[in-house]
Amino acid sequence: MSEVKEAVDWAAFPDTRGHFGPYGGRFVAETLMGALDELQAIYEKYMQDPEFLAELDTDFRQFVGRPTPLYHAERLSRELGGAQVYLKREDLDHTGAHKVNNTIGQALLAKRLGKTRIIAETGAGQHGVATATVAARLGLECVVYMGAEDIQRQSPNVYRMRLLGADVVAVQSGSRTLKDALNEAMRDWVTNVDNTFYIIGTVAGPHPYPAMVRDFQSVIGREARAQHLEMTGRLPDALVACVGGGSNAIGLFHPFLGDPSVEMIGVEAGGEGIATGRHSAPLCAGQPGVLHGNRTYLMEDDDGQIVATHSISAGLDYPGVGPEHAWLKDLGRATYVSVTDEQALRAFHRMTRTEGIIPALEPSHAIAHVIDIAPRMRPDQSLVINLSGRGDKDLNTIAKLEGIEL
Amino acid sequence: MSRIARRFEETRASGRAALIPFVTAGDPAPDVTVPLMHDLVDAGADLLELGVPFSDPMADGPVIQLACERALAHGTGLRHVLEMVREFRQTDTDTPVVLMGYLNPVERMGPEVFVNAAAQAGVDGVLMVDLPPEECEDLAGLLERAGIDPIFLVAPTTSAVRLQHVAAAARGFIYYVSLKGVTGSQSLDPAILGARLEAIRAISDLPLGVGFGIRDAATAAAVAQVADAVVVGSAIVRLAEQHPEAHGQFRAAAAAVVREMRTAMDAARTATPAAV
Ligand SMILES: Cc1ncc(COP(=O)(O)O)c(C=O)c1O
Repeated sequence: MSEVKEAVDWAAFPDTRGHFGPYGGRFVAETLMGALDELQAIYEKYMQDPEFLAELDTDFRQFVGRPTPLYHAERLSRELGGAQVYLKREDLDHTGAHKVNNTIGQALLAKRLGKTRIIAETGAGQHGVATATVAARLGLECVVYMGAEDIQRQSPNVYRMRLLGADVVAVQSGSRTLKDALNEAMRDWVTNVDNTFYIIGTVAGPHPYPAMVRDFQSVIGREARAQHLEMTGRLPDALVACVGGGSNAIGLFHPFLGDPSVEMIGVEAGGEGIATGRHSAPLCAGQPGVLHGNRTYLMEDDDGQIVATHSISAGLDYPGVGPEHAWLKDLGRATYVSVTDEQALRAFHRMTRTEGIIPALEPSHAIAHVIDIAPRMRPDQSLVINLSGRGDKDLNTIAKLEGIEL
Repeated sequence: MSRIARRFEETRASGRAALIPFVTAGDPAPDVTVPLMHDLVDAGADLLELGVPFSDPMADGPVIQLACERALAHGTGLRHVLEMVREFRQTDTDTPVVLMGYLNPVERMGPEVFVNAAAQAGVDGVLMVDLPPEECEDLAGLLERAGIDPIFLVAPTTSAVRLQHVAAAARGFIYYVSLKGVTGSQSLDPAILGARLEAIRAISDLPLGVGFGIRDAATAAAVAQVADAVVVGSAIVRLAEQHPEAHGQFRAAAAAVVREMRTAMDAARTATPAAV
């Protein structure tokens, strides 16, 4: 593993055609190739443009509320009796999750491209809310595709999106969840490619999305690295983040890739347990294939059909994963584990009662893994968890499990 | 000479545009597909496009999405589709068959295994909707060595530079997607189409097929005046949706649509031979 850490020039990836080793790339219908070329050109141009970067930075500070704190969870650390646990507080971002870091960035690009209409897919609704928010602010028309199934289980976020002026379209095809919402958004984009900008919510999709979303989310890791150095004088021993598509995880990991001493652990949704097949853990239990424009690990059957996934958290309920994670896994630079619904729920309650922070169910998966490994580490070691979102959106789900009707 | 090239020589020589119906394999039931393929040939089809069902057909409209769902409900996968082609070939050795679908089932089977099996079954062309030439070098090489044509899409949004690239990689024919949208979208405009096809002809000698948005005989006839081939998908697949249980009625209705288009296309070409 350490050999790999020294050998790779991380800044050189993806290559110009969007490949992370054998993963990534651009697997879409011809109609979209021109739009993706255009997007890549403008993204590469503006990521070098001081004026654009200054505008992004101002939005991060004034609109999102950055930098978010790095919080030393002292009581939890003491209880666990091992490594010091730090939380990167992305739950304090405007709209309640890390998703807005990316929608702000892409919306600024949409504006420069002169697009008047924004579309997005959403699972838990956090990315949909973050997209509707930036669209409202820029005065752009906004359509959000959401699986009919997810509309049922995340109704508060549906209402938030509608308040913000977005048109929320229920997707009835396939499994009626996030993957189908993504299919539908792609179909919209093919049809309306002239005036429409598609804001993808995670580090998936065709090139340049995995690289672009990573670059916007990397503010998380840049801040966390500087904050941890300032607070402790050293780098953390490990980073832990939940992985749905993988944007909050890569956002935390990426600025640390060149630090060989820092271990990285991505936590997938183990659902009812890997052995049951009812989970959303392609890196732990899937194999490489092609879906939604890139080559990556997928959950599929022997015939190459994508299979139904399950997780208690809608935001992790996705059969694929960002291609950069697939590559980091193969290289051994990051490791990927899974945590069940039940473990995540226990971690949700423990964090809430111990630290006074109600986490979303997605990062509760990362917390559960830390509860497992921190006791086996020394008190002079430290772990950073990406607390990617707050739990307000999940209160209905939690209450229902406890037999309470809100 | 490949079966596809031979067929286009024949249609060109007889002054006709080729008619290429598309059906999703296994829709509405697996045992319908092979008899349906023969019916379509009898009704006037020159080539056949056979859709390989996929769980996430990103480039397809609702009609073909539902067809995939019906086919997958019966478990029709790539292996079965190849079996169907093999069965079709036992009594029809002339009509080219093109598989159209998405890459993942091929990746899962393994590109080499797939190409060998496809060649043995009698497949003539492969069009993977989500596989542009940039990502296709390995598969295209395997296909060519096996004598199968890799077929690519050109869209209204394809730039002049990309067009060169696509044309260089394409074999068999070029499939021009007549509109920005998914399969089954609103009707296309034949006037704009003609100019686009001229631009493609300027850099490629391959026959040009046009598809997406050809709903009725009148549109098929108009397209037949400017294109080498007319591809009709949703207009036929829609009939499977209307007759999910009555397989005989579906086959008869599909054949009737093909026959009607054939007649209208040939009449249009005879009326204005100058357009060819
Ligand atoms: C709070 C939160 N964390 C994590 C995720 C998972 O996405 P990703 O893996 O891209 O960070 C979501 C998705 O909705 C989310 O809302």
